[in-house]
Amino acid sequence: MQSKFPHRSLPLLLLFPTIAVCVIFLYYPLARSFEWSLYRAAFMGLRRIYVGFQNYLRLFTSPDYLYSLSISFLFAASVVMLGLSISLTIAMLANRKIRGARIYRIALIWPYALSAAVAGTLWRFLFNPTAGAVNYFLNSLFGLKPDWVTSPNLALLSVIVAAVWKNLGYNIVFFLAGLQNVPGELLEAARIDGAGAWRCFWRVTFPLLSPTTFFLFVMNTIYAFFGTFGLIDVMTKGGPINATNILIYNLYRDAFQHNKWGLAATQSVVLFVLVVILTLIQFRTTGRRVHYGA
Amino acid sequence: MGLRRLNYYRARKKAFIILTHLALLIAAFAIAFPVIFALIKSTQSTAQIFSYPPKFTIGRSALENYAVAWNDYNLGRLMLNTFIVALSVMVGKTLLSLFAALAIVFFDFPFKNLIFFFILITLMMPIPVRIVPLFDLVRKFGWGDTFWALTIPFFASATGTFLFRQHFMSFPTSLVDAARVDGVGPLRFLWQILVPMSMNTIGALAVIEFVYMWNQYLWPLIIISSNKNQLIQIGLKMLTGAGPQGMINWGVAMAGTVITMLPPLIVFLLLQEQFMRGFALAEEK
Repeated sequence: MQSKFPHRSLPLLLLFPTIAVCVIFLYYPLARSFEWSLYRAAFMGLRRIYVGFQNYLRLFTSPDYLYSLSISFLFAASVVMLGLSISLTIAMLANRKIRGARIYRIALIWPYALSAAVAGTLWRFLFNPTAGAVNYFLNSLFGLKPDWVTSPNLALLSVIVAAVWKNLGYNIVFFLAGLQNVPGELLEAARIDGAGAWRCFWRVTFPLLSPTTFFLFVMNTIYAFFGTFGLIDVMTKGGPINATNILIYNLYRDAFQHNKWGLAATQSVVLFVLVVILTLIQFRTTGRRVHYGA
Repeated sequence: MGLRRLNYYRARKKAFIILTHLALLIAAFAIAFPVIFALIKSTQSTAQIFSYPPKFTIGRSALENYAVAWNDYNLGRLMLNTFIVALSVMVGKTLLSLFAALAIVFFDFPFKNLIFFFILITLMMPIPVRIVPLFDLVRKFGWGDTFWALTIPFFASATGTFLFRQHFMSFPTSLVDAARVDGVGPLRFLWQILVPMSMNTIGALAVIEFVYMWNQYLWPLIIISSNKNQLIQIGLKMLTGAGPQGMINWGVAMAGTVITMLPPLIVFLLLQEQFMRGFALAEEK
């Protein structure tokens, strides 16, 4: 325990700015999201009618919203699974004690600094049917020329690829930090006992790494649901025919293109419930860990 | 026999190391490929870009593409705006979270844990869960289309408060007693003792916050209505929107993308040492 300064009011003064911002710009608007979800309200909320839970009913009986919900989960599951397995593989390689390890690390994690919108622009171009590199390689290697722009399934795949690529740097940073906590003696002991590299990984490294993996599982899920808006907006705008219209994009369209504020607030509440569930899972399993997004 | 075995193991180890290098080089290249491709294409003319098979050589239109991106899409102005916003939020968040952590670790007051928890809980409130009321509130403050809308609502940092709190708790426990014996007050204690001892954490947080603000997309898209106040990520939306002939000029778009990604990359590379250490530190329990 740290020894303390005796002042009584100074600490509250020090905390005041943080608490004020939290109350005014975080807690209050969140509470209002709950309130507005019970109203039918147009843009600016000038006229609003109390409708109880009708918005929720409308949302969960709307085929469009249920479709958005299902592709969001498909999108998130793909981004998390692909992202975590690729970045763990790369982190395992970069964790070996070889010359130039530091340079390799920087060469692997720098995309951390790029935005989802940058990733979207780069990959929209890479997936361009004539000028892009993806179809050129697919065509020269396998004779394939998939239509990434108008096919719903392929469009979804293309945003998944871009979203995975964007988050590799972030994931590799955490896996590398986690791997440093795996004691070398333990691996050596396992090896002496005759365990091969494969068994060493699944029986020693992977279990010891599980707090990191779990933390990244939650963070990547949150990223897939919230952090990919710019990517979708630049690459597909939710199309073709809603194939990439994930929940956050649907919320944006209802709120700021169709001006249905009550319905949009309801979708905010749904997303909040999702975040709460994810956070609870994380607190129960990994305890005190931080969100590095903000 | 023994020597042959030793040689065998040495050769095997060497092959293993070479393979690791090879795999890492391939991984680094694959990760960098989208950006390398963009760099090459930002130097080519539209005719070269649409020639088949694609050319992977430097073209001669670099100057033109970058000039069009910079001038016609107002990227200079957008960059300046984003710089001011990102630096303000970076400084504001760091200061506020230093103050908050100072209060929480080095003072006693009622409901301390509750207040810390109250700040930490805001991690569960990303913009989308409060977007409509926040938009409404900020506009009612008269902040629509202003610098204030892009900075003040971001000033509280649960991540920063948490990181500094963890870091301060790792210091020797009698630090405050020593300071008080020397007649050092709380604020001087912060500037002259805590801040110099926290440079890695401050550096890591600076990278996180700068990158986070530089990459904001959804909030500026809705709250900023005039081009002169807009932030850089929305420039990407304009660059990839259809031009006058309904075609995207990809050379210009790639040039603009390269310009957009540079500042956070530079900040990241300059502070990567602190960034890595700050992260490794946060992993300790």
